[in-house]
Amino acid sequence: MKQLVVISGKGGTGKTSIVAALAALAENKVLADCDVDAADLHLILNPEIQHSEDFSGGSIAELDKEKCIECGKCLELCRFSAIDENYNISRTGCEGCGVCAHFCPADAISMHEKISGKWFVSDTRFGPLVHAKLGIAEDNSGKLVSRVKDEAKKTAEAGNHSLIIIDGSPGIGCPVIASIAGASAVLIVTEPTVSGLHDMERVAELTGHFKIRTFVCINKFDLNADITKRTEQFCADSGTPVIGKIPYMAEITKAQIAAQSIIEFAPDNPAAREIQEMWKILRKELE
Amino acid sequence: MIIAIASGKGGTGKTTLSVALSSYISSRGVPVNIFDCDVDEPNVNLFLQADIAVRETVYVPVPRIHKELCNGCGQCEDICMFNAVVLIKGDPLVFPDLCHSCGGCMHVCPEKAVTEVDKEIGTTEEGYVGTIQYVGGILRVREAITPPLIKAVKKHIEQDRINIIDAPPGTSCPVIESVEGCNYLVLVTEPTPFGLNDLILAVNMAREIGIPFGIVINRADIGDDRVIRYCEEENIQIIGKIPDSREVAERYSRGEFAGYFIEHFSDVLENILKAAGVSKIEAWRKQ
Repeated sequence: MKQLVVISGKGGTGKTSIVAALAALAENKVLADCDVDAADLHLILNPEIQHSEDFSGGSIAELDKEKCIECGKCLELCRFSAIDENYNISRTGCEGCGVCAHFCPADAISMHEKISGKWFVSDTRFGPLVHAKLGIAEDNSGKLVSRVKDEAKKTAEAGNHSLIIIDGSPGIGCPVIASIAGASAVLIVTEPTVSGLHDMERVAELTGHFKIRTFVCINKFDLNADITKRTEQFCADSGTPVIGKIPYMAEITKAQIAAQSIIEFAPDNPAAREIQEMWKILRKELE
Repeated sequence: MIIAIASGKGGTGKTTLSVALSSYISSRGVPVNIFDCDVDEPNVNLFLQADIAVRETVYVPVPRIHKELCNGCGQCEDICMFNAVVLIKGDPLVFPDLCHSCGGCMHVCPEKAVTEVDKEIGTTEEGYVGTIQYVGGILRVREAITPPLIKAVKKHIEQDRINIIDAPPGTSCPVIESVEGCNYLVLVTEPTPFGLNDLILAVNMAREIGIPFGIVINRADIGDDRVIRYCEEENIQIIGKIPDSREVAERYSRGEFAGYFIEHFSDVLENILKAAGVSKIEAWRKQ
């Protein structure tokens, strides 16, 4: 089973629109939305939830003020400044390390499982989708990403699907590292802006570090000819094939508003045609 | 005064607005500090082009186990909630990439066989252009955990000045770390289904942590009116709207938009300051 992960470094370059288009083009696949912080793929795929489960990515400390002797040990030990001088524990500050609970001489602190999100397996018109929702102001998005990927793998195995297409998150940190672990290939969606290029270079360095085959697609390539050229030069120098150059098209936004992929909304649009060509290359490369 | 700019969805214009706002304040001869807390993909200084005067490496402590002192009791493995210390055939092995630097293993070791060493996670840089002081964090590629680096950036906040924080996309721990403690939060969105979905997440986050906020709608004419209707229903202040324009997009792509932005959208910048409680910029001039 192959895993294709779509990431970008910079946010808002068009990852999810391109994943939606690939979802319309690819056969026999499972889709996974690993941008658990700000998941959007479901807005296009209109999923019917078949199964959902709570996700607990860690625990949180709770302090019993009846038992607390206010000795200050927990304040002294907490590296995350999560306990204030009135012995209140901050829900967002607590990292769940349990050090305060372990060393409290009065046994006043206990650790409790924290429900920090939910994940779903759904049916869509393009096949199964595994997606998730991180709770408000929660952490552990990396762990939830790993969980979504595991469930997508199980779904793919159970249904004999040969491919998982994963929509990743922006950045290069914890959720991105979790999303690209074990990938067969990564597609970086970039845009020809000074920030798009800068961020693409960093995310390409990351996939290079993990030795994952990487392809690049330049979205809105006609916005800035000079930076498109510099992007292609960087890719040529680093041995990263540019497999698609998608023009700046208002139809991409219109398709999103119609809750469709560009392939359904405007199959003859130049952007749709370019994504079809790109998919032909990717499909071959993934064989 | 601390004003943070966040968004939920990536690529909506956080950095554009942060840089334009700082440049606007500076153009009035008032000192301003700008902080790039999107340490995964820091872009502020691509546009600001401040001369970097100081660079500092940021470290987090991770355990080192002195095997000659270790009795193989396994308490370090037991206390670690992050699987960063594992006993293999009685020998403890440390996985620094999983470590959250809580210090638990060091405190719990009965033989004092665990000490801490510094692990580099990135750098902060500090520079100046006009009356703008810039501090940004740059995550080392392949590092996963960003909050300690964001903390190191925010240490440079000066309460007696206007401080602008450019937050990372999303709504999870790096965003919370970036926006916590600020006086006012600007949420930048676009009028699309993705923009609205992620705006709702960001609004819930802002309400959860209890920071007053308002909305700026970027590319205000590309989509539909669902964002506006949502803001009306939820009684959320729309601070300003920025129309879509190829001109702005092209200027952004080259990194040369601040002057143009100030010239055309100073009303939006003024409204942000007003909403944050800075009614008279000049009052912040002296200091």
